[in-house]
Amino acid sequence: MSKLKNIFFVLIFSIIALNSSNSAEKSPAFLETKWTFKGLFGKFDRASLQRGYQVYTEVCASCHSMKYLTYRNLAETGGPEFSQAEAKAIAASFEVTDGPNSTGEMFVRPAKLSDKFVMPYANEQEAKAANGGAYPPDMSVLVKARKGGADYIYSLLLGYSEPPEGVELDDGVYYNKYMYGNKIKMPAPLSDDLVEYTDGTKATAEQMSKDVTNFLMWSAEPHLEQRHKTGFRVIAYLIILTVLVYFTMKKIWSRVESKV
Amino acid sequence: MSDHEYTPSSKFGKWFNDRLPLLTLANHLTDYPTPKNLNYWWTFGGILTFCLITQIVTGLVLAMHYIAHADMAFSSVEHIMRDVNYGWLLRYVHANGASMFFLAVYIHIFRSLFYGSYKSPREIIWILGIIIYLLMMAAAFMGYVLPWGQMSFWGATVITNLFSAIPLVGESITTWLWGGYSVDNPTLTRFFTLHYLIPFLILGLVVLHIWALHVPGNNNPVGIDIKKPSKDTVPFHPYIVIKDAFALLMFCIVFAMFVFYQPNILGHADNYIEADPLVTPAHIVPEWYLLPFYAILRSVPDKLMGVVAMLSAILILAALPWLDTSKVRSAVFRPLFRQFYWILVADVLILGYVGAMPAEGLYLLIARVATAYYFAHFLIILPILGWKEKTTPLPLSITEPVLGGSPNLAAARSDERIEKTIK
Repeated sequence: MSKLKNIFFVLIFSIIALNSSNSAEKSPAFLETKWTFKGLFGKFDRASLQRGYQVYTEVCASCHSMKYLTYRNLAETGGPEFSQAEAKAIAASFEVTDGPNSTGEMFVRPAKLSDKFVMPYANEQEAKAANGGAYPPDMSVLVKARKGGADYIYSLLLGYSEPPEGVELDDGVYYNKYMYGNKIKMPAPLSDDLVEYTDGTKATAEQMSKDVTNFLMWSAEPHLEQRHKTGFRVIAYLIILTVLVYFTMKKIWSRVESKV
Repeated sequence: MSDHEYTPSSKFGKWFNDRLPLLTLANHLTDYPTPKNLNYWWTFGGILTFCLITQIVTGLVLAMHYIAHADMAFSSVEHIMRDVNYGWLLRYVHANGASMFFLAVYIHIFRSLFYGSYKSPREIIWILGIIIYLLMMAAAFMGYVLPWGQMSFWGATVITNLFSAIPLVGESITTWLWGGYSVDNPTLTRFFTLHYLIPFLILGLVVLHIWALHVPGNNNPVGIDIKKPSKDTVPFHPYIVIKDAFALLMFCIVFAMFVFYQPNILGHADNYIEADPLVTPAHIVPEWYLLPFYAILRSVPDKLMGVVAMLSAILILAALPWLDTSKVRSAVFRPLFRQFYWILVADVLILGYVGAMPAEGLYLLIARVATAYYFAHFLIILPILGWKEKTTPLPLSITEPVLGGSPNLAAARSDERIEKTIK
């Protein structure tokens, strides 16, 4: 029995190991930082999410869209939790084309909470044309779309350096030790004091990378906090029930001279 | 089916049961004599039923919000994840549920292999199981296509292209499957339809699977025929019900850990990138549960033969009751078979591992050796083992190994005599 049990666990762990070793490429170990959203009770750092939004909107948003997010998300629980008024003000600072109105004309109005995040480019072709042929990927689920997740994004943002001896780079291509193939068309996006944080936090490149990665993690998993909270309750409930059922089973099986 | 006639106690019950014997069926299911020495590996049948129901229920609700259109599928999944109440939970349960389903079915299959449950008189149960397993793979594959991410699209392209290996009509069949000249919207809509249909086919086959099981009754770890009902059996309810419930709860804890804390670990990151026919991912890999077969497919240099090998790897299982020539069911009494069994388990795990790796160099060599061994196990080792192997003595009844361990033939026989006189 214990042998079979071991096999069961070997199976589970081999599945996990298989998936984490899916790609055979060697990539350097990611930079380490402490994420508050990890772990059994992991939650987002609210202030960091708000700063992250600031980095996104002031820096990333000039090229990267976030088409699955709406402005109301910014005020929802489990997210950056801006107040309704703040979120409304953020939305109103963007313009969207609406219509047609009763006379059949399209018109421009300030964005509302129910509007999707305004995109930097009208379409993929325009985005490519403006970025030397490279398409800046949509950032809504970017963290989940990259192996390594938040650690990868954080490392990539800080992974720029001069190319090592013997590596030739074309114009508009940059060296990044965490990028697949080490060549990236995005120039280093963050540098110290690029943004001025409203809460007075010093805007180092590390700080901004961490904040914006937090923000991207939330945008990819907006219900992460609820998931962790529900998950803990569900598992606690299941464990208690399992123990109760175990003793019930023992009691019932005590009637037969067979062990269970 | 039932070993004794059942009469409902109430008048209405009797009236109803005479017209539709549902109560007789319910009575059969509760009283169903089950070997009392079943270990926890036998609880996976119940667990699998739970998995199927979970997939159907979550799938139904997901289908209410999902849009099967190449332009909208990906964003409708994001809509489910963000805006549908508990949509994230439904989707993560459904996606991880598929993995848990396969985890359970592999344990179920390997349990059957270890204890010889596929042998006479249970061949039909086994073959129905293989058909269910095939349908599960089809359903899982098509389900993986529905989010219309990069792996969805390119996985669908690779798998449907396999049909083009068929001589003469291959290309036409592939075009027919696609509903066009590449994987596109028509492919997505038909996959969605079939993905919705197959679970109900599986449900029907599960009913047959259980029905066929209830004719000879369960095999058991000792693998000998037992008299039912007798001292060797317990009624299904409450004994097996409570034990299955306990095992199911343990299973659910593992399930919940995936859903709530690692919901994406079994998936591939590329599937969160919307499908793009112009960009091929660096490595196209199927979900983990299909990897051993993917490894077999790629280990053969010729495309057609690769497809044949992959299909044979599954279909060979259907012939297993006749390939295994040993009359002894349980590996407990087959010392040699037991060793080969564990080598096979390792072989399949190795195939799964190399299936996830690029098909080149050492990985390809390992895949070829492992593929050859896989077939050798069923086609050479098992038939020969049946003739050559010296099995250890079988006990006369289940009670014997459970009670003492040392064979007590006299006691077992006197038990039998007592039972006969009672009758």
